[in-house]
Amino acid sequence: MTAIETNSIGKVKMTARDVRVFYGDNEAIHGVDLDVIENEVIAFIGPSGCGKSTFLRCLNRMNDTIDICRVTGSIKMDGRDIYDPSLDVVQLRAQVGMVFQKPNPFPKSIYENIAYGPRLHGLASRKSELDDVVESSLRRAGLWNEVKDRLDQPGTGLSGGQQQRLCIARSIAVSPDVILMDEPCSALDPIATSIIEELIDELKQNFTIVIVTHNMQQAARVSDRTAFFHLGDLIEIGATNEVFTNPINKRTEDYITGRYG
Amino acid sequence: MTDNKLSSTDQDVAVEPVLLSKTQQQVAASLARRHRQEKLFKGAGLGAVIISLILVAILFVNIFAKGVPAFWQAHITLDIYFDPAVISVSEKPVQGGDETDNEFRQRFIEWQTEVGMVNFNRLILEGLYQVLPEAKSREYRRDAARIVTSGERYAVRDMVIENPDIIGQTKTVHLLTDANIDVWLKGNIDRSLPDSQQQLSPKVRQWVEMLSAQGVIENRFSFALFMNPDSRSSPASAGLAGAFVGSLYMMLVVIFLAVPMGVAAAIYLEEFAPKNKLTDLVEVNINNLAAVPSIVFGLLGASVFIGWFKLPMSAPIVGGLVLSLMTLPTVIIATRSTLKAIPPSIRQAALGLGASKMQAVFHHVLPLAIPGILTGAIIGVAQALGETAPLLLIGMKSFVAQIPAGPFEQSTALPVQIYLWQGNELRNFFEARTSAAIIVLLALMLTLNGLAIWLRKKYEKRW
Repeated sequence: MTAIETNSIGKVKMTARDVRVFYGDNEAIHGVDLDVIENEVIAFIGPSGCGKSTFLRCLNRMNDTIDICRVTGSIKMDGRDIYDPSLDVVQLRAQVGMVFQKPNPFPKSIYENIAYGPRLHGLASRKSELDDVVESSLRRAGLWNEVKDRLDQPGTGLSGGQQQRLCIARSIAVSPDVILMDEPCSALDPIATSIIEELIDELKQNFTIVIVTHNMQQAARVSDRTAFFHLGDLIEIGATNEVFTNPINKRTEDYITGRYG
Repeated sequence: MTDNKLSSTDQDVAVEPVLLSKTQQQVAASLARRHRQEKLFKGAGLGAVIISLILVAILFVNIFAKGVPAFWQAHITLDIYFDPAVISVSEKPVQGGDETDNEFRQRFIEWQTEVGMVNFNRLILEGLYQVLPEAKSREYRRDAARIVTSGERYAVRDMVIENPDIIGQTKTVHLLTDANIDVWLKGNIDRSLPDSQQQLSPKVRQWVEMLSAQGVIENRFSFALFMNPDSRSSPASAGLAGAFVGSLYMMLVVIFLAVPMGVAAAIYLEEFAPKNKLTDLVEVNINNLAAVPSIVFGLLGASVFIGWFKLPMSAPIVGGLVLSLMTLPTVIIATRSTLKAIPPSIRQAALGLGASKMQAVFHHVLPLAIPGILTGAIIGVAQALGETAPLLLIGMKSFVAQIPAGPFEQSTALPVQIYLWQGNELRNFFEARTSAAIIVLLALMLTLNGLAIWLRKKYEKRW
């Protein structure tokens, strides 16, 4: 365990301490300590099955949906324990949005895809307000110009990259503080990927972004800090250029230089 | 492998690679066998499809050949004089201003009884004598009474109840002839049999031939088949209406009981229930229930609904409850498999936005599952519609000569009616009528299945 405290960089948004995740009797994550700083992009890298996605899903309690999954330790957001029984998971997920590996727009119109979240939480009372939210969300996701004339058409009819940006627009429509992205570009071609990466760069002004990626170049391009996971342990965390150019741990170096993965 | 098109410079090289590697030789050796197996399998499959199609075709041709003629029945056209001397009844009652509904209904029933006492048979016979003067003689009185089927006197009575103004008028009516006349005219009985084995007397046969040649007796569409309940005293007027309405009540019970309960149970089990030993047990038992022979549900219905709850025998409500029990597992299994097929990414997307579990299910999963759920429900209902065995055990095989006015009244059901007619002693007549009933039942089933397909197409969405 060589998790390095780096909370001197800025205000800490989320704090994880000794987080362990069990699937039944099988411990998938062995005590991870990690801070997420406000308005940063933090990337989780590591070989398949290292627990990076599992850890990501602890941050908005998506693991609750798996019956046999159990999480111990503490995860705090703005100083408040997100696993506290008094905290409503619905509230948490409105605050911590998520973008999934495979684009998963609802089989409804583009408009309805964006409007669903705000309507669910009662964020827009009038139609005009809702229209504004839809437009600004699509604009921030860089999709507005491509879809403004066909908002009533199904979201599933868009291309893969557009669908993923629609999903990002959908999650920012409820104005979360943190957006979790679980390998958001793994199903996309290089051009769509570069558009999303530019988008992440812009979104960082307003949101804290936690991104899981298989693609080390992507981590290097988009993130401020990088955390390397291996076999359920957090091996190393630090500023991205440090981790990539001057890793402290041997295993990090081996992974980054392509010795295993 | 030697390719003549290769340029001359390549030829020397091209000849050499003809020698396949050892692995490739093995692959090549196995190819013939593999292709043969594939051909055999395809042939067997195609053969199975053809054989089943032929069998279905035989079934349909057989049923239709027998059943379709039964939709037309021999009718006799008579001019009936509604003689005021015979129909001497009081005025049709009209509800007075100070009269309650109950009082009026009482008075109306009394009037109906009064009309019922009239000898309508005499009116019919008088009409018959006009086309068949010979029948008036005392000698042939019994023969004359056999021409028009006995149930038609009630049809004439109902004309008077409907509109008493026709008293004193002459009306042309088409009345059903006796079932045996229909059989004779359709050639469903061997005409060369001696008199002692014929159902109709020689005189009646002679009349029927004559009237048929004159066009007084002719085949007309048999509304009786659809409008009348079953009848034993007047087989020619026996119809499906009673059984149809009984089946309708049962299907309503199934639709309003089994479908919502089954869908709700499936949603709970699939989306909300924790996965543990108990839910595993429930799941295994639901699958077991689907495999329980239907007659067992009949026994259960007889002992529980009739024995304990004291619900009436032979009533569609009990039939509906029994069929609901039988349909429940079908609906649950169909709904669950539909829900299983909805990609989890949709649920995750909704949950990730902060939808509660119930919102995720009701806003996103259910709308996608609707076509599958509807299909499952309709297939379940269609299955219940054709079910016979459990109904026999709760008394729904009894002969009921009335259209049930409510689900608590005695009734039979369409498939049971088929069973009853199949066993009727007037074979020559009821064999065709049984097939006609089968056609009606099949048409209903196909309509339901068509509805299921249409709904699926209509609501189907891609994701």
